[in-house]
Amino acid sequence: MRRPAALVLEDGASFHGVSFGHAADATGEVVFNTSLAGYQEILTDPSYAGQMVVMTYPHIGNYGVCFDDMESKRAQVEGFIVREIASIDSSYRSEGSLEGWLDQQGIVGIAGVDTRALTRHIRTHGAKRGVISNAVGDLPALVARARNARDMNGLDLAKEVTTPIAYDFQAASTVIQPRFKVVAYDFGIKRNILELLAGSGCDVRVVPASTSAAETLAMKPDGIFLSNGPGDPDACTYAIESAKGIIDSGTPTFGICLGHQILGLACGGKTYKLKFGHRGANHPVKDLETGKVEITSQNHGFALDNSVFEKKEFAMTHVNLNDGTVEGFRHTELPVISVQYHPESSPGPHDSRHLFAGFVRMMEKQQEGLKA
Amino acid sequence: MRDQSIKSVLVIGSGPIVIGQACEFDYSGTQAIKVLKREGIRVILVNSNPATIMTDPEYADATYIEPLTPEFVEKILEKERPDAILPTVGGQTALNLAIALAKRGTLERLGIRLIGASRRAVEVGEDRQLFKEAMARIGLDVPRSAVVKSMEEAKAAVKVTGMPAIIRPSFTMGGSGGGIARTEAEFEDIVTRGLMMSPVHEVLIEESILGWKEYELEVMRDQADNFVVICSIENFDPMGVHTGDSITVAPAQTLSDPEYQRMRNAARDIIREVGVETGGSNIQFATNPKDGRLIVIEMNPRVSRSSALASKATGFPIAKIAALLAIGYTLDEITNDITKVTPASFEPTIDYVVVKIPRFAFEKFPGASSTLGTQMKSVGEVMAIGGTFKEAFQKGLRGLEIGANGFFLKGISDSGLTGDALDAEMARPSPDRLFHVRAAFDQGRSIANIYAVTAIDPWFLDQLQQIVDAERAIVREGLPSTPKAWFQTKQLGFSDARLGDLVGKTEAQVRTARKAAGIVPVYKRVDTCAAEFESHTPYMYSTYETECEADPTTKRKVMILGSGPNRIGQGIEFDYCCCHASFAFQEEGCETLMVNCNPETVSTDYDTSDRLYFEPLTFEDVMNIVEREKPDGVVIQFGGQTPLKLALPLFKAGVPIWGTTPDMIDLAEDRKRFAKLLDELNIPQPESGTASSIPEAAEVARRIGYPVLVRPSYVLGGRAMAIVYSADDLEAYAREAVKASPDHPILVDRFLEDAFEVDVDALGDGERVIIGGILEHIEEAGIHSGDSAMVLPTYKVKAEHITTIRDYTRRLGLALNVRGLMNVQYAIKDDKVYVIEVNPRASRTTPFISKATGVPMAKVAAKIAAGRTLEQLGLIADLEVRRVFVKESVLPFVKFQGSDILLGPEMKSTGEVMGIARGVGVAFAKAQAAAGTSIPTTGSVFISVHDRDKAEVLEMARFLHLSGFKILATSGTAAFLEKGGVPAQRVDKVGEGKPDCVDLIRGGQIQLVINTPLGRKSFVDDGAIRKQATQQGILALTTLTAAAATVDAVRALRTEGFEVESLQEILA
Repeated sequence: MRRPAALVLEDGASFHGVSFGHAADATGEVVFNTSLAGYQEILTDPSYAGQMVVMTYPHIGNYGVCFDDMESKRAQVEGFIVREIASIDSSYRSEGSLEGWLDQQGIVGIAGVDTRALTRHIRTHGAKRGVISNAVGDLPALVARARNARDMNGLDLAKEVTTPIAYDFQAASTVIQPRFKVVAYDFGIKRNILELLAGSGCDVRVVPASTSAAETLAMKPDGIFLSNGPGDPDACTYAIESAKGIIDSGTPTFGICLGHQILGLACGGKTYKLKFGHRGANHPVKDLETGKVEITSQNHGFALDNSVFEKKEFAMTHVNLNDGTVEGFRHTELPVISVQYHPESSPGPHDSRHLFAGFVRMMEKQQEGLKA
Repeated sequence: MRDQSIKSVLVIGSGPIVIGQACEFDYSGTQAIKVLKREGIRVILVNSNPATIMTDPEYADATYIEPLTPEFVEKILEKERPDAILPTVGGQTALNLAIALAKRGTLERLGIRLIGASRRAVEVGEDRQLFKEAMARIGLDVPRSAVVKSMEEAKAAVKVTGMPAIIRPSFTMGGSGGGIARTEAEFEDIVTRGLMMSPVHEVLIEESILGWKEYELEVMRDQADNFVVICSIENFDPMGVHTGDSITVAPAQTLSDPEYQRMRNAARDIIREVGVETGGSNIQFATNPKDGRLIVIEMNPRVSRSSALASKATGFPIAKIAALLAIGYTLDEITNDITKVTPASFEPTIDYVVVKIPRFAFEKFPGASSTLGTQMKSVGEVMAIGGTFKEAFQKGLRGLEIGANGFFLKGISDSGLTGDALDAEMARPSPDRLFHVRAAFDQGRSIANIYAVTAIDPWFLDQLQQIVDAERAIVREGLPSTPKAWFQTKQLGFSDARLGDLVGKTEAQVRTARKAAGIVPVYKRVDTCAAEFESHTPYMYSTYETECEADPTTKRKVMILGSGPNRIGQGIEFDYCCCHASFAFQEEGCETLMVNCNPETVSTDYDTSDRLYFEPLTFEDVMNIVEREKPDGVVIQFGGQTPLKLALPLFKAGVPIWGTTPDMIDLAEDRKRFAKLLDELNIPQPESGTASSIPEAAEVARRIGYPVLVRPSYVLGGRAMAIVYSADDLEAYAREAVKASPDHPILVDRFLEDAFEVDVDALGDGERVIIGGILEHIEEAGIHSGDSAMVLPTYKVKAEHITTIRDYTRRLGLALNVRGLMNVQYAIKDDKVYVIEVNPRASRTTPFISKATGVPMAKVAAKIAAGRTLEQLGLIADLEVRRVFVKESVLPFVKFQGSDILLGPEMKSTGEVMGIARGVGVAFAKAQAAAGTSIPTTGSVFISVHDRDKAEVLEMARFLHLSGFKILATSGTAAFLEKGGVPAQRVDKVGEGKPDCVDLIRGGQIQLVINTPLGRKSFVDDGAIRKQATQQGILALTTLTAAAATVDAVRALRTEGFEVESLQEILA
């Protein structure tokens, strides 16, 4: 028999279920993800550091886990909340059950929760800190613990998940001969971004979040990439400083998610915390330059506001059609592009993979310009 | 942006309901028409099916109920000159018709373009070889295959693909004529049939991928090349069963993201390569469970049954959006109806599980094999939504109304089969397979073992195992003892009735115990977005959870019970009536709540009623909604037998029933009470009796005299009804009848052989009865009214009988205090009018008469139920018609190889068409053309009739002979004709020599068959003749009345020709 457990939020709301995975308590910011599949990619995405993820789809774990689907070396979430955890995994790819793997990874799970009620609660009241615990007899104590959990506002989590030392990325599969040298800032980078950069002909050196612009530029990269990551972008002051130097250097630069927000802040923009964020694989984003709509994978709790576009050096390139939020911008004079969403998907549609080719084209143009 | 050059559009409907093409196209067509009209476009509709909502005259600007043939549609195009044709919302029928019009040059000549799908896209999507080449161009895998046009080529091809091989004819719908061949003999059989049935005489021979996993993606693309997947569907049944006959689940359950994205990418490449520039497509894939190899099976460049399912499963209205894309909009220019704030250019995500289960009708076709294959055989389907697969699956099973109140079917799951015998039934795909799988679980078989036999994915089997395990615990420990245990049990989807069966208690006892524990369901919303945005559309399903989103209003409200899954005898006609009821109540200022579980229908469009509950139509599920919503009234007279069965239980539970009272409905259904009423009214009916045992039935039959009509009480569509000529027949028959309905006795009626039958639909308000229409059957008594061709107004009934019929109908309506609709069936024999039966509810002919008269009868009935009088509604006189309207039925025999095509008192047709003209002959000919059998004006007619009929057939033969037909006849008939002066060529009966009459039909040397059987005892010969004729689309007339109408039609066709006329013109 599974042990009764509860998820209790800082506002006093409680949701009951049973434990699975690692037997312990967990705290974190509770956020929901509406992807139907891709739980393993979500669990291993470092951008979820400090968070407990609710899957809105009720059956989770059906196809087990597979080493190829890891977005980082380990599960990164603080807790995992589902309606029903699979008791069998069925896929030729499966290398083990999700539940067993979560236990190994030390991830606390709660199943049997009315996940739709929880999602509606978050939608209505905003993302909340919460605690998962088996101590269901004393809910007021759990509320107090939830309130003591870390607040995302002002929290720099990138420094907790970034690589401690710089390294050269080794692609999983054989790729084309590298043509460009790219420095990738690891604020919590997803493996698939590195794979796609490598697959686009980039030789990637991954550097810690705290690497200065001078250190990076000293490596004479053809392009610089600023990765996704967790936490409040405003708190990453060191990275914002680096970004300013990078932009000014005129080196082709590409940012995704937290990287995008940091670039936006470096350009003088402002970020703010969304009520409950965007997390899923079905968000429509319009490319304002082509008019095309792409279905995107998203995972962010903060966003860049519109103020930066008052300056003529910056142009909004992408907009979220659901709520009109900024999804991408570029520098009108310098080779800088940046998107809020995840063109590397994992999980999610591959509609936006062409952005990596766009980054490569900027580097090509730069080289042509230098030759000329 | 909207293409402003499109000012008028012809929408092509899908014609009669047939297997493989049902009300889903009424749903899609109705959506398309509504949205095009809202855009200010003049909409012209052609559809031969009068039982559809879309053919209501208030939808399109010009509504043509005409045959869906190139000749008729060309006439409409010449008259209306639309700018464009939208052929993608009317199924395969509409696509084929559009291509035919393109091929004959009509579209080019009139300057009309196809929107939604180009000719090339349709051809690439449908032509196997072109499709295969297209897939090769984009690097996608398809099964090894070859397209062949002859048996020789087929034999060469099968050497490459190996056996078993799949055979698929080109351009047939629902896979008609296809199959899986495991032996050489089977191979030759199926190829022969497939070549014959394909309009281009072409079949595909294909590598078998039996046992692979099957998936479907419902996708959309706009002219800006924006692409979205609306829904992924995973089949519970592995490859080998037509997806229409498979249990399917949305979303896909066992695909990891890389696998799913690979499929999505393939789908995008496919829709681009095939060239569907605006609209929806359905793309089917198979994956090898061992290594994930992905194969493309097929794509349909149009909305489909699956897209209707996907629309209902997600809340995303595919057909509506497809229509907007077809006129130039892009997805981001269209708003999501449900959230009101987000655009349609997104991919719906869901937070529940949807299960679709097909409904079959093999019991109607004795002799037909129930093995499922690539040709679709199901007649309907039910969809269920649940918090988990287990809950949705169990809701679906009870919604099917096949006697299973959960994952167990008496007679199958407890049949005692074990070992190899059980393996055989589990390996053979059939409607019962699932319930044999249940038996396997009960016998302790493991998931691995069942998977090895069935290839049903282990994840699904594990879900079933959890259900079985929970049942075992309940059997062991009894009903749950705590509220928490109750909650957890109900979360698994168990019905109260199933729990009762497990512990030997009644449903009522279980219900009482459950409610005492405080456990009732909550209602959650289908919102396209998994709660990310607020839903403004109350589209709900029940589940056992903590939070309820039903949020009932305090308005005056009425709940309409729908008709559940389509089946033979209960189909689109009742959905039509339910929708009209909803519209009428809205006009009366009521809030309307629709309850139904059939995803194909207009009634389950969230746009139809104010609130939609997608739920099974069982007492438990309905009562739960009643208790949550507290409606002012519930109406049960519009949905056929399904809600009618609930009338008394609901009434007894204190639910306010609007309209005719359950007591009066019972009076009409109860033979004894009804006979007493007729006695009191001094209205004659055939002698009858009721018997609760076989000897008793024999005694009744002896008293009233053979032949007798026998049937179980409370039936619809003539289920298990038969004409019996002897005591032996009766005994054999009664055994089956008792099995068909154990709770009710057998009814025995005198059968009025050779009588005329008449159907009457009327409206009553308690004060007054008005007659909507009197329909004369074109076929003799004894053929179920649902299968009989009919004509309105009557053409052979004497005026005095009409007066009598009107009088009886009025008196019956008043006596039963009918408040709403009433259908009465009469028989006229030896100048006397008898009442056969009265049904105080909507009938199968309600939409037909509504179209013919222009008075929406179901709507009027609903308004009466809401308290209006006929006088207030301006209806004080019996309704009149301005043309002759012929209804013809469409039969599914071609799908049921081995079953006899003889008509009888048991209904077998799936759909109907209407023919409209100024005279009976042309109206009949149009109805035949619409039903797919053209009436020949030259050629050979084969006549073989019972002695009794010979005198009458002589004059028909004489006319045909004088009109230039060659007469062929079997020896007896030929001798008689020649004696009467009509030259006839003798043809051998089967077995007499070669070539025999069947060979001649097969060889295309006969264009018309008149063949009446001797009573119920038909010869093998007769069966073979009719079967062959049906397979080749030749009119085979089994009654003299039908033969007379046909001869009339030949006469009319030779002199008059056709014209086309819209309903609006006729009714103006």
